[in-house]
Amino acid sequence: MAIKLRYFAWVRERIGKPEEEVELPAAVVTVGDLMTWLVGRGEEYAYAFENAKVIRAAIDRRHVKPQAAIAGAKEIAFFPPMTGG
Amino acid sequence: MAMPATISVKVQREPFDVSAETALLTRGRTDVGALVTFTGICRGDENGQPIAALTLEHYPGMAEAEIESHVAEAARRWPLAGAIVIHRYGRIAPGEDIMMVATASSHRAAAFAAADFLMAYLKTRAPFWKQVEKAGGKSWVEAKADDDAAAARWTGPAGSNDQAAE
Repeated sequence: MAIKLRYFAWVRERIGKPEEEVELPAAVVTVGDLMTWLVGRGEEYAYAFENAKVIRAAIDRRHVKPQAAIAGAKEIAFFPPMTGG
Repeated sequence: MAMPATISVKVQREPFDVSAETALLTRGRTDVGALVTFTGICRGDENGQPIAALTLEHYPGMAEAEIESHVAEAARRWPLAGAIVIHRYGRIAPGEDIMMVATASSHRAAAFAAADFLMAYLKTRAPFWKQVEKAGGKSWVEAKADDDAAAARWTGPAGSNDQAAE
């Protein structure tokens, strides 16, 4: 399953790119699984997700929790807590 | 018959003119008795240290969708004649406006409550991130627990928080 991943703010800076396409193994079912899988890809990902509890995620531009299933997702984004306003 | 609410959501790089925007909420109608506006402005210091600028990053598409859904929710909860949210992105210098919320209603209670609701949600749910530029370099602004608490005040069923005390 090919999915577009997008990163924002310091998650983007730590990973070193704003977006990428990835081919996910079938065992990656939830957003939390995806974060764990990404951490295994390299130290830049491990750095970005070192405090995974604070990282927020969105599937197809809607906020989701780590338990959310990623089946059918086209775009998944990871970012720090928001600081607009 | 009640006129439809005037709703406007914009995410833009350019500055905006608060009075020109709020005129859109009152022009041509006489059912507005209360207009509340909030403007977020870039301060010249953070924790006592001068800043050169803020840079706002956003998630295009999601930022607009998230704000629009909360404006629609505000219009369901309160009898609004209109609501405007404008949020800028990019580099913003001290003294410049960052964002504005305006709400119009027949009476002030609904206008104040809807503006507070929108601000609380924008802070915690709209995908924007502030980076501060100081003499020593750039750093990302950390989210405040206060902002989550402000949003939590509005998470009950429609209207249930209208009388809530701080």
